[in-house]
Amino acid sequence: MNRGSLAKILSVSALGALALTACGQAGQGGTTSDDGRVQLTMWTHSAGNPAELEVYEQIVKDFNASQDEYEVVEESFPQGAYNDAIVAAAAADDLPCLLDMDGPIVPNWAWAGYIQPLDLPTEITDSLLPTAVGSYQDEIYSAGYWDAALGVIARRSVLEDNNIRIPTVDEPWTIDEFDDALGTLKEAGYDTPLDIGAEDAGEWWSYAYSPMLQSAGGDLIDRDTMLSAEGALNGPEAVEFFTWFQDAFAKGWTSNGGTIGNEEFNNDEVALSYTGMWNALDAVKAAGDDVLFLPPPDFGDGPKIGGASWQWGISSTCESPEGARAYLEFSFQDEYITAFSDKQVVIPATEAATAASEHFGPEGKLKPFVELSQEFAVPRPETPAYPVISSTFEKAAKDIMNGADVQSTLDGAVQEIDTNIASNDGYGF
Amino acid sequence: MSTDLRGEKQLRRRRRIWTYTAMTALAAFFLFPLVFMFVSSLKPDGQILSDVSSLRAFLPVGDISLDNYAGVFDRVPVARFLFNSVLVTVLVVGLGLVVNSMAGFALSRLRWRGRGLVLALVIATLIVPFETIAVPMVYWVSQLPTLVWEDGLLKYDFGWLNSYHVQIVPFIANAFSIFLFTQYFSTIPKSLDEAARIDGAGWFTIYRRIIVPLAGPAFATVAILTFLPAWNQYLWPLMVVQQEELRPVMVGMQYFFQLNTAWGEVMAYTSLITLPVLVVFLSFQRAFVSSVAASGVKG
Repeated sequence: MNRGSLAKILSVSALGALALTACGQAGQGGTTSDDGRVQLTMWTHSAGNPAELEVYEQIVKDFNASQDEYEVVEESFPQGAYNDAIVAAAAADDLPCLLDMDGPIVPNWAWAGYIQPLDLPTEITDSLLPTAVGSYQDEIYSAGYWDAALGVIARRSVLEDNNIRIPTVDEPWTIDEFDDALGTLKEAGYDTPLDIGAEDAGEWWSYAYSPMLQSAGGDLIDRDTMLSAEGALNGPEAVEFFTWFQDAFAKGWTSNGGTIGNEEFNNDEVALSYTGMWNALDAVKAAGDDVLFLPPPDFGDGPKIGGASWQWGISSTCESPEGARAYLEFSFQDEYITAFSDKQVVIPATEAATAASEHFGPEGKLKPFVELSQEFAVPRPETPAYPVISSTFEKAAKDIMNGADVQSTLDGAVQEIDTNIASNDGYGF
Repeated sequence: MSTDLRGEKQLRRRRRIWTYTAMTALAAFFLFPLVFMFVSSLKPDGQILSDVSSLRAFLPVGDISLDNYAGVFDRVPVARFLFNSVLVTVLVVGLGLVVNSMAGFALSRLRWRGRGLVLALVIATLIVPFETIAVPMVYWVSQLPTLVWEDGLLKYDFGWLNSYHVQIVPFIANAFSIFLFTQYFSTIPKSLDEAARIDGAGWFTIYRRIIVPLAGPAFATVAILTFLPAWNQYLWPLMVVQQEELRPVMVGMQYFFQLNTAWGEVMAYTSLITLPVLVVFLSFQRAFVSSVAASGVKG
């Protein structure tokens, strides 16, 4: 290396670093736009989801066009990395004004001081599905444009050919009927008649299976105090449910193999699929008019499904919360909520938007999911301990699926949850 | 005698056949994931999943198209992410070679008090996983001073978040690279320095004119070892970069993991972002092999 080339490398590197220092920050901008409007940063989890982003971009465009005081600047993140980005931003005191969040995390972020009470007019929050509103300590912190719902997808012809009663919302399968149906379908040639999505991981486990536990009379935590899982997660009802859960795998009624999604049902490799309405349109495509959307079985306390999807909140460090509220008020228009529903295949959070929805309206093919949501949705416990409860529940349920002793596994899970709650002084309860 | 020779020849041929068979099997073993990735990038999701249990998974058969690539470009700004990753990687590697080799030179050739302690501290940092210091580092970089171009003037401000340099500067100084340079420079005879000193050369001239030209394998090894981590950066840019136009390719991977994963598009995207790595590796294959042989370091 000669003198000239090394000098060139050093000077180019130094100049490059200097230029990057300047140009990187140039994009960050100040708090006001060129025309003097206050800029409100807004983060969504929708990167990689063009259909959802399209609606957000339309709302932001419409809001900005209607404003001479505020301008919303949107940034989208991929869903799988979103919570990490929020936690890092909170550590750096760099949270955006407006942020969306998955419903169950709301109490934790409220407790951690990431978000502030929403303070939207009650006519807006009252018009939304109860599961589309996020609360902590009786205070509303978030609100969403939609909810999701789970159900059992089946083929009418398969049930009729096997003399299995088609359940309704008023008369769902009892657990005995459900067991008989699974046994019959297995004998009819389905290797694993039921797909419950056990190959998935993360929040799916609590979202999908804790409602079954609640249907059996158990729960993730004692909701009266929010201070202990004792009795709720390891009581006789919980043991009975998890024994059934373990048996379902042992008997080959279901498995944790296969692929995430609904491919097995669409290919008629499974007869029943316990899944979300986001897979319903593909099921209609695969099975046509033969497809049925059924309530989940009743384990004793009536069928239950998980409630709460993505919702919007305002960060506690937002310097213009009134601007953020103005944006949110603007955004909760039925036409936008319907647009989300049509493009995203999600249940609209308001009645008017539901009536106008292509998929969930009076003529919509996915209308049964609205009824399932209205009748059976249960919010996950509104406590900051929920992330710990959820991950502990997942680990325990997976251990039980793999053959662990039910009672001792649940006792261990309860101890882990209770210890965490105690070490955080009850999380404010 | 001739029978012995023939027997030896046959034995040698048999050995060669076995060697080539084993090497072919090993090559196929390492190539299968890449072949699977490229082939699957041409298939629809359903077919990828149904083919996966047979040899068809490695064959471009069935419903073959470039639809997944079109889907990738619809979902992710691939060109922008590739540009960002190339820029960050080139600067991390380039600046790292200069800074770390100079540090290695100072630690191996110069005599100064505390040299051993500094080297020990540098090596000690190798046992601290990046994940454990990531969050404090985020806070730290968010408070660092920076230059901002505003209203035609270069102004001072604070905060490095959302920038290219926050993805580059923390990774220029690299403890392992410093250690490697230090070790390699120590093997170069000190008499060369002394001769140069007698001829009136300063330390920088010795570094530039004597040590650097003799340390080609060390530079090649460090370049290769720092290239891959820089290209594969995920956690750090995820935490410090919020603007999409500054994100590198690995953060883009997450765009495909929605409620149901678009596997065909995942394969197409990974094919696209693997290509530059393959091109770099194939271009420098000879230097890579010789540097591994010379320095005894494996990646």
